[in-house]
Amino acid sequence: MIVDTRTPNPKNFISGATGDWELVIGLEVHAQITSKSKLFSASSTSFGGEPNDHVSLVDAAMPGMLPVINKYCVEQAVRTGLGLKAKINKRSVFDRKNYFYPDLPQGYQISQFKDPIVGEGTVHLDMPEDGAVEVGIERLHMEQDAGKSIHDLVPGKSVVDLNRSGVALMEIVSKPDIRSADEAKAYVTKLRTILRYLGTCDGNMEEGSLRADVNVSVREPGGEFGTRCEIKNVNSIRFIGQAIDYEARRQIDILEDGGEIDQETRLFDPKSGVTRSMRSKEEAHDYRYFPDPDLLPLEFDQAFVDEIAASLPELPDEKQARMIEQYGLSAYDAGLLVDEPETAAFFEAVAEGRDAKVAVNWVMGDLAAHANQVGKPVADAGISAGQLGSLIDLIADGTISGKIAKDVLDIMIAEGGEPAQIVQDKGLKQVTDTGAIEAIIDEVIAENPDKAAQVKEKPKMAGWFVGQVMQKSGGKANPQAVNAILAQKLGL
Amino acid sequence: MSDLTELNLAQVREGLRGKDFTSREITDAYLEAIDTSNAALNAYITVTHDKARAMADASDAKLASGEGGALEGVPLGIKDLFATEGVHTQACSHILDGFEPTYESTVTQNLWDDGAVMLGKLNMDEFAMGSSNETSYYGNVVNPWRRSGGDNAPLVPGGSSGGSASATAAHLCVAATGTDTGGSIRQPAALTGLVGIKPTYGRCSRWGIVAFASSLDQAGPLTRTVRDSAIMLNSMASPDPKDTTCVDMPVPDYEAALTGDVRGLKVGIPKEYRLDGMPDEIETLWQQGIDWLRSAGAEIKDVSLPHTKYALPAYYIVAPAEASSNLARYDGVRYGLRVPDDDVVAMYEKTRSEGFGPEVKRRVLIGTYVLSAGYYDAYYLRAQKVRTLIKRDFEQAFEDVDVLLTPATPSAAFAPGEITDPVHMYLNDIFTVTVNMAGLPGIAVPAGLDPKGLPLGLQLIGKAFDEETLFRTAGVLEEAADFTARPEKWW
Amino acid sequence: MAVDEATVRRIAKLARISVSDDQAHAIEGELNTILDWVEQLNEVNVEGVEPMTSVVEMSMKMRDDEVADGECPEKVIANAPANEEHFYLVPKVVE
Repeated sequence: MIVDTRTPNPKNFISGATGDWELVIGLEVHAQITSKSKLFSASSTSFGGEPNDHVSLVDAAMPGMLPVINKYCVEQAVRTGLGLKAKINKRSVFDRKNYFYPDLPQGYQISQFKDPIVGEGTVHLDMPEDGAVEVGIERLHMEQDAGKSIHDLVPGKSVVDLNRSGVALMEIVSKPDIRSADEAKAYVTKLRTILRYLGTCDGNMEEGSLRADVNVSVREPGGEFGTRCEIKNVNSIRFIGQAIDYEARRQIDILEDGGEIDQETRLFDPKSGVTRSMRSKEEAHDYRYFPDPDLLPLEFDQAFVDEIAASLPELPDEKQARMIEQYGLSAYDAGLLVDEPETAAFFEAVAEGRDAKVAVNWVMGDLAAHANQVGKPVADAGISAGQLGSLIDLIADGTISGKIAKDVLDIMIAEGGEPAQIVQDKGLKQVTDTGAIEAIIDEVIAENPDKAAQVKEKPKMAGWFVGQVMQKSGGKANPQAVNAILAQKLGL
Repeated sequence: MSDLTELNLAQVREGLRGKDFTSREITDAYLEAIDTSNAALNAYITVTHDKARAMADASDAKLASGEGGALEGVPLGIKDLFATEGVHTQACSHILDGFEPTYESTVTQNLWDDGAVMLGKLNMDEFAMGSSNETSYYGNVVNPWRRSGGDNAPLVPGGSSGGSASATAAHLCVAATGTDTGGSIRQPAALTGLVGIKPTYGRCSRWGIVAFASSLDQAGPLTRTVRDSAIMLNSMASPDPKDTTCVDMPVPDYEAALTGDVRGLKVGIPKEYRLDGMPDEIETLWQQGIDWLRSAGAEIKDVSLPHTKYALPAYYIVAPAEASSNLARYDGVRYGLRVPDDDVVAMYEKTRSEGFGPEVKRRVLIGTYVLSAGYYDAYYLRAQKVRTLIKRDFEQAFEDVDVLLTPATPSAAFAPGEITDPVHMYLNDIFTVTVNMAGLPGIAVPAGLDPKGLPLGLQLIGKAFDEETLFRTAGVLEEAADFTARPEKWW
Repeated sequence: MAVDEATVRRIAKLARISVSDDQAHAIEGELNTILDWVEQLNEVNVEGVEPMTSVVEMSMKMRDDEVADGECPEKVIANAPANEEHFYLVPKVVE
């Protein structure tokens, strides 16, 4: 029984020829568990490698081979369940999902069907305009990844590589609580963030560590759920959005033409941006699930769960709340900072003993812009928290102005070095000597007597004088001192 | 030296330790016997002459310096279901055509670690599916026993460990390994006048044994005496980190359990094993067994196992279901037979159709059906519930008694082709299959002859992991029965 | 619950075993015989009975997360009917 937990929001509606439509989306995210060895064998999970290198005889399903479960993977699944505020099932069962495919050596995938290790939980989203959205988690279960068939290496043949065969996955199934492509993207982003905080999945979508099956249907706003299509194996957040947008439009067009949606499995092609039916998967599926007789039920006690709970890190939602509280940040800023655990830690190191708002502006402003440009995370963009902190200190103690600081940062990025040293070497120290500033101001007034005469009627012109003075000082004049002396000299 | 093959395992062990003969001598004697007789019996499908002699020589070197394991220098036959590194391992199926594993099963490794010598791989029903050794890709195994009275028609040795039974009974090995999923050790042992034990599920590792039905399969020995079975199981059994369903309990000294003393032992006689139309000789033998144990001081008690009759039909749901999944890996991609086709699905279908024999296909199809959508609850789930009830029956019975005594089989050996109806064939396991369904240990002991002079066995069923009581009681039965009959050598 | 020939074909397809018309007909008969025989399980009252999941009372052993296997492609493909550069080779798969 599916319960609709959402109130229809007109902003999410898609207008069609016959009226408005509402999207209903549920996601099955496959997250590779961060572990050294596979779920049921002791071969390596390393990405890449030569064909069939990271393969044991268990992974290749040699006759008489048996699975032995990796305890760490079980802990990681429980840890993830706790991070999703979900029910942990202290007894779960591994089932065999039977089907034939060349990259499925056993002829079945070991998965969890009736009794998954993790039950219902929730993921909290902060949507920029709509605020809080709660997405329900239906379940999380553990399963084996399959190998890989490659179709374009040998003419007329496919080749099979089992390096991924048996790698541990968590399948995280959401409830159909998502109502737009943006929410779907936000959900996967948030889930990825949680997994990365927990350290249970590296979230690397390019290497396939995180991929999603997207269930999409459309309906009249608030109406009965429609027939859904499953878009398999979408491996980037951007593609998830594109696939949903395309699929929504496709389904709406069919329905508005009086057609019906076939419940089917589809594939998203990133090149053309369209989804297409997977004909090969259309054959009636009958997976013949039954408990794997090679594995006993997976049972553990509350102490096992408690120990994992005790080692849980601060999760993004809690961290965001604390940052708002502790640093007086806006929800938006705090939300941006906690997206990546390393960014949050970087910020906290910079903010330590400094003005948090200044720190957040530098971290999410200039540094983030640079990081974005070089395609790296903020914490890994070449500037340490210590360096950035020192730079902020130089502004705070009046050594340099904020504007000069931006130049110093550019130099730090381009050439490296400590900000204080750069300021000294390049002679960027702010001029606070009032005598020197007075001399410049006098010079500017002397050069522009007409403007000096006008300024009393047009006080806004004071800004022009400030600019002139700063220019003459090479930007080094202390802006407060310039303002004060100018006001006095111009009689403002 | 030709009488070396007459010795049982305990005697061989003594002879080797006492340097009465060498492992090479007895190994050569067995190889010669195999080369002479195997064509008639078809018990071996591969004879590893060179490997056997090399292993024997290595054992002799150890024995010479007073070293060596519990089975040092003892020549054994190995059922083809056990993976043996670099040696033919095909579960007697065409689908594993040419398969030579790059690994060794835990059980056989345990035997080699204890010094045993491998003579070769033994014939069996394909994937251990059969009760007469008529389903092997390598042809029928012939029972060394024949009916008396001029009828020289060949008989089946039982199955699925038919090659193990025939070879051990015909003295083509000192002892053999078998596996038992529904009776595949005990039934052929009974039909060839041997001792065969299926230990408690989890006692022997299943790692490296080609799987038939994972929740039922167990390895065990077929031997000519109870003591020999105790010695063999001591070596075969072990904990194994590679098998999650294998227990971490230490292996007791089974030989030490052979005290010959069953005074005060409570022996249960399950009334449900008294079948309508059971042959008189089976009934008589059973009563004889009861009398023997009573005379030895055991206390006989009637017990009830009410769900007994449902064990076999439940088994024929559970075992094929598991098999249908276990045998999915034979797809022509990574090893064994491939029947080529440009289309991968056609390649699968042709490979599996040509690679599997009729009985295997029948069970794979039954198993596929009972697991398929809409039928799972009615068949598989119900069968597993019945299994719980069967186990519960035993648990209740074992509150009152220490061991159960039953016939091992409903009849003596029969002729190949005599039983063609699958269900009729399945009934061969009616007394043994309950034990697998409950995971308990069971031992077959030769106890007498039928009117045609064919061996019949009794079965003892024990509590989980109480193989010691089984061996002790079996030893007493063996002594009382004084089963010395031998098939007249015609092979 | 009798099996008809179409069902035989469906399960044979699921099991990836090709069957000829003659075989399908024969198998239909055999399966029905066996299924009729197992029908007797319906006599058993299984209400409230838990299905058996493991015959031995024990908790599942778990292993530590260590890489101690694999890196043996020669062994992995040693018995392969067709292989190329350590890949298994199969007929072209259409997705």
